[in-house]
Amino acid sequence: MSTRLSKGGRLIDRSTAQEFTFNGKRLQGFKGDTLAAALLANDQMLVGRSFKYHRPRGVVGSGVEEPNALVNLGSGGRFEPNQRATTTELFNGLEATSQNHWPSLEYDIGVVNNYAARFLPAGFYYKTFIQPRAAWKHFFEPIIRQSAGLGKAPKDRDADRYEQAYAYCDLLVVGGGIAGLQAALVAGRAGLRVILLEQAPHWGGRAPVDGDVIDGKPAQAFVEDAVALLATMPHVTLKLRATAAGVYDHGYVLADERVADHTPGDGRPKHRLWRIRAGKILTATGAIERPLSFAGNDIPGVMLAGALRDYVVNYAVSPGDRTVIVTNNDDAYRTAIALKEAGLEVPAIIDARASVTGDLPAKARALGIRIEAGRAVAKVKGGKRVTGVAMCLQAGEGAVLDEIACDAIAMSGGWSPVVHLFSHCGGKLIWDTTQAHFRPDATRPPLNHDGAALVYAAGIANGAMTAAAVLADADAQARVAVAALGGTAAEAPVPQAAPVAEAPMDAVWIMPQGATQALKSKMWLDYQNDVKVSDVQLAAREGYESVEHTKRYTTLGMATDQGKLSNINGLAVLAGSLNADIPQVGTTTFRPPYTPVTLGALAGESRGEIFQPLRRTPMHGWHEAKGAYLEPVGLWRRPYCFPRTGETHEQAVHREVLNTRSALGLLDASTLGKIIVKGPDAGKFLDMLYTGVMSTLPIGKCRYGLMCNEQGFLSDDGVVARIDEDTWLCHTTSGGADRIHAWMEDWLQCEWWDWQVYAANVTEQYAQVAVVGPNARKLLEKLGGMDVSKETLPFMAWADGTLGGFNARVYRISFSGELSYEIAVPASVGLAFWEMLHAAGAEFGAMPYGTEALHIMRAEKGFIMIGDETDGTIIPQDLNLGWAISKKKADYLGKRGQERTYLASPDRWKLAGFETLDGSVVPDGAYIPAPGVNGNTQRNTQGRVTSTYFSPTLKRGIAMGLIKGGLDRKGEVVEFTNLAGTGTIKARVVDPVFYDKDGERVNG
Amino acid sequence: MADPVSALNGASYQGFANVREIGPLGMISLRAKPDVAGLSNAVQAAVGLALPEQRRIVQNGARAVGWMSPDEYLIVLPYPEVAAALTAIGTALKGQHHLAVDVSDARAVFRVEGAKAAQVLQKLSPADLAKLEPGELRRTRAAQVAAAFWAEGDGYTLVCFRSVAGYVMGLLTHSAMPGSELA
Amino acid sequence: MLILECPYCGVKAEETELSPGYEAHLKRFGPGSSDDDFEAYMFARKNPKGVHFERWRHSYGCGKWFLAARCTATLEVFGTYPAQSSEPPAELVAKIKAKRPDWKGFK
Repeated sequence: MSTRLSKGGRLIDRSTAQEFTFNGKRLQGFKGDTLAAALLANDQMLVGRSFKYHRPRGVVGSGVEEPNALVNLGSGGRFEPNQRATTTELFNGLEATSQNHWPSLEYDIGVVNNYAARFLPAGFYYKTFIQPRAAWKHFFEPIIRQSAGLGKAPKDRDADRYEQAYAYCDLLVVGGGIAGLQAALVAGRAGLRVILLEQAPHWGGRAPVDGDVIDGKPAQAFVEDAVALLATMPHVTLKLRATAAGVYDHGYVLADERVADHTPGDGRPKHRLWRIRAGKILTATGAIERPLSFAGNDIPGVMLAGALRDYVVNYAVSPGDRTVIVTNNDDAYRTAIALKEAGLEVPAIIDARASVTGDLPAKARALGIRIEAGRAVAKVKGGKRVTGVAMCLQAGEGAVLDEIACDAIAMSGGWSPVVHLFSHCGGKLIWDTTQAHFRPDATRPPLNHDGAALVYAAGIANGAMTAAAVLADADAQARVAVAALGGTAAEAPVPQAAPVAEAPMDAVWIMPQGATQALKSKMWLDYQNDVKVSDVQLAAREGYESVEHTKRYTTLGMATDQGKLSNINGLAVLAGSLNADIPQVGTTTFRPPYTPVTLGALAGESRGEIFQPLRRTPMHGWHEAKGAYLEPVGLWRRPYCFPRTGETHEQAVHREVLNTRSALGLLDASTLGKIIVKGPDAGKFLDMLYTGVMSTLPIGKCRYGLMCNEQGFLSDDGVVARIDEDTWLCHTTSGGADRIHAWMEDWLQCEWWDWQVYAANVTEQYAQVAVVGPNARKLLEKLGGMDVSKETLPFMAWADGTLGGFNARVYRISFSGELSYEIAVPASVGLAFWEMLHAAGAEFGAMPYGTEALHIMRAEKGFIMIGDETDGTIIPQDLNLGWAISKKKADYLGKRGQERTYLASPDRWKLAGFETLDGSVVPDGAYIPAPGVNGNTQRNTQGRVTSTYFSPTLKRGIAMGLIKGGLDRKGEVVEFTNLAGTGTIKARVVDPVFYDKDGERVNG
Repeated sequence: MADPVSALNGASYQGFANVREIGPLGMISLRAKPDVAGLSNAVQAAVGLALPEQRRIVQNGARAVGWMSPDEYLIVLPYPEVAAALTAIGTALKGQHHLAVDVSDARAVFRVEGAKAAQVLQKLSPADLAKLEPGELRRTRAAQVAAAFWAEGDGYTLVCFRSVAGYVMGLLTHSAMPGSELA
Repeated sequence: MLILECPYCGVKAEETELSPGYEAHLKRFGPGSSDDDFEAYMFARKNPKGVHFERWRHSYGCGKWFLAARCTATLEVFGTYPAQSSEPPAELVAKIKAKRPDWKGFK
């Protein structure tokens, strides 16, 4: 049984009990426990079910490598699935439930998959669901959907908040074990800006657990002294609970700090994502122990030897009373010794090596532990819990020599350096045959912006496997990094760890060496995804030679632990099956994140009100207060319409159109782009930018202009006003101001840099109001201050003056066909001006109108809209806008593009108006089919609708669209598809100017 | 004419640092190459200050001139003085290629104050704040929008576009919330 | 995520403060140019694995366009220089040659 020991536990505080629940059961642990430690202390060995076979799963590891102990944490707005119990700090009130089982953890229906395992081999999904096709939809998918998935997705809005922060340093040290601390000391003493990150809530890593002695004192003393010293250095930042998740180009590192996971609801951000820019990075990330592959190695109670040692030493938890050790190396003997010293039984150490020497085995022997050399596990006995182990010869096929009763097994297949961060940005690895692991190749590191090494590995992460070697390597690597950063490392002795003579390990990948197929099909490689030795061997037999393909075929290493335990073992088995060397087969690619980062942290502050920048005009608050229905236009929110009580949006829009055409409408046009272009060459510049001629525009006048990109396609349009001799003001579309300003700067800076022109985007300096309708002039005349008469301020003219006491620039331009003034006033008085217009305009029937009324009125007049009539493939000629293109100019942007034969083809679709025969509205997106089908058996088309509305003015459906032949087909009746594709709508091709064809209303 | 109103009408928030919208301030965007004759006279005439060096802002009370790019300066001055300053600049640079425009109403200005003010900006901007020098004007971004800031008094002055003032206030508020101190 | 030093304001800007502008030193072909020249200007891009010249705009900073030489394979940055350059500065070319002896040179 698994229980809490009466003494010890270096990380727990026995005076502070913490209550928590697991599957509703009330349990107790101590402050400092991980959830896994507390569960084991309560004899809760069974923590979950595997993904495919629903086999019972117990805790295997003690940290980020854990594949089994995944739980749901919390509830409601703090519910989180797939949380690792081994890295979850216990707190009072923690609620955890197990995952992937039904109806209960103890009795799970899905376990039938386990008995059908021989029918669910590697690649089962790929093989089975190919044929018959119908079976996928009606049989396989429903079953898979029912049984798939680990945790459940949260249903409620996240109750916590998250944030991000930027940090800069010269050297980022990842890992707060003795290697990371020593490296930070070297860099800190050199005066560099250092950030030291440790993923755990405590410093020191494995050394204090392993009983290392440094400079004659226990490793813990070295750790405490180092942290205390680093804390005095103002340029050194220490962070616990912070995982470096990914290394990216030019020293960019994302690190996830779990600020308040263990103190939920205390008002602090739950996580903080650090966006670190480091001059160099030193990874002191340690190593992860590998399991051994023997039959039954997935039964709860089989754990990694190092992890089991962690539970005993750190948390005073004994996972079993009688623990058998299975190993191919000396390190696992430390677990035997720790167990024995804690007063627990170690019935045997089963060591695959034929000869066992070294200091640690000697010590184990002295403690009276039975050591079985050259032996292996034939199989583990037990179901939901280990009950014993059958022993055999490692060299044999599995004939049982002896059975040993036990309730826990500690296994060690050697240690794999954590090379992830070194590899993320292109660092290469080498295979170390002696230690049977991949380690960073310092001659092929990831490179920085200057072509020099970006990442250095140190300590165990660099393959230095003893405490003495770790400290020496960390010191040396840190000195290399400091020198590369241009710093000078101070003279200081390297801390000396007491030497422990360790004998070499044996590269044992399966136990026993000649295991039968029956045994291999019980040897787990990937505990979470249920990938066994037999699966990888099957993949190899079926021709999967590439490790990347085998990974995807078998799902090895594709679970939430991303193969931290299984990858090297799986790779070795694959290499063995292919009769290839491990380095020849290679590894899969290491990609960020090292451990999962919650989406909340990646989103940071970007949620709710500040999800994205919302641009507001000075009148925005007025619109909201009046109940306007807002629509996004770029990042602006513009009123779509102003519905009155009881009105639908459609009714409101129609009222706004009719009122504007019959009386007076007011539009907040502040979002319209306004760019000042000034200089001796401004006219020449604008002549290049616009298809028409702007240089000849008289001062005081306005001219409509089109801008194209170099391919000739229409990009933006708007009215240009000549302000003075060398100054023009260019209006752009609402969404287009920033883009067009950048476009101008591009040409001015990169192509015509000797032209004397300055451009300034003054869009937000002004609030702009369109005063539109037959009563527009009456309102302005009532306000007084300037002459807005037809004679003084004719159509397409502008003037500066005052209106009702406001400094204003008034443009006589119209996008509705009505008498219209667009009035710009300083933004800081925009709201006051707007309110004044409404108050003074009441007697003339003034009403605000929104973007939909604007769109309808421009469509009634046949005015095009960028983004409706254009889609990036339309030239002005397609829209019958040839009149706005200068024939005389030698050049303008897009002119050469428009000369391409394809764009001059008479087959191009051109703009026309459409009137449905029955008065109905053509649906948005409707096409005009043509006879026949294309190469993809789709119906041919000859046109499509671009704008379609019910015209309240004409009381019928009107549409603009592109049709082959354009207005040459005026009078012809064509058929649009309806959206369902089941019928057609007949419409007559007409002139797109539906209303006031002679343009008389614009003069009022 | 009505009194000018800043974008948020002086909104404020008290967190581990204090955030408040100030203004409206007078602001002029002046485009001219540094070797244009009369440039320093123009700036001198507008606000009585010398031209700033690259990435610097020179200040004297309510008046300041910031270097925005090799041919762009931001002139800050009391709001009512803008028209006169524009006239002065126009006179000093008459006949010289330049552009001077009133951008007072196109901007929003915030103060972030307190001992930990830098931490608020550290959450929003990729600038290395520890290396921001006294009198340095840093143009960068605050989360998703353009911003410029400089250290001044007990904190920082931050300038952004007027239309996103509400967004920036939201960012600053989120970043200054008690309990979220970085150190 | 790249860091490029803006040659105008001296800021070591990170990629999020910049906007990409793709290949540098394109020659504009306008009206009267041949179809081949226009196609090359409009569409034909070098896309090399190795030394490449690009346009970047310091859009969240001083707003200036500048040019950068970098290795598309290792992301090593050889240098940045003003956009008002019709070809890379000689000293930058020499620096790249020294670092990449196999480089065929600009153009």
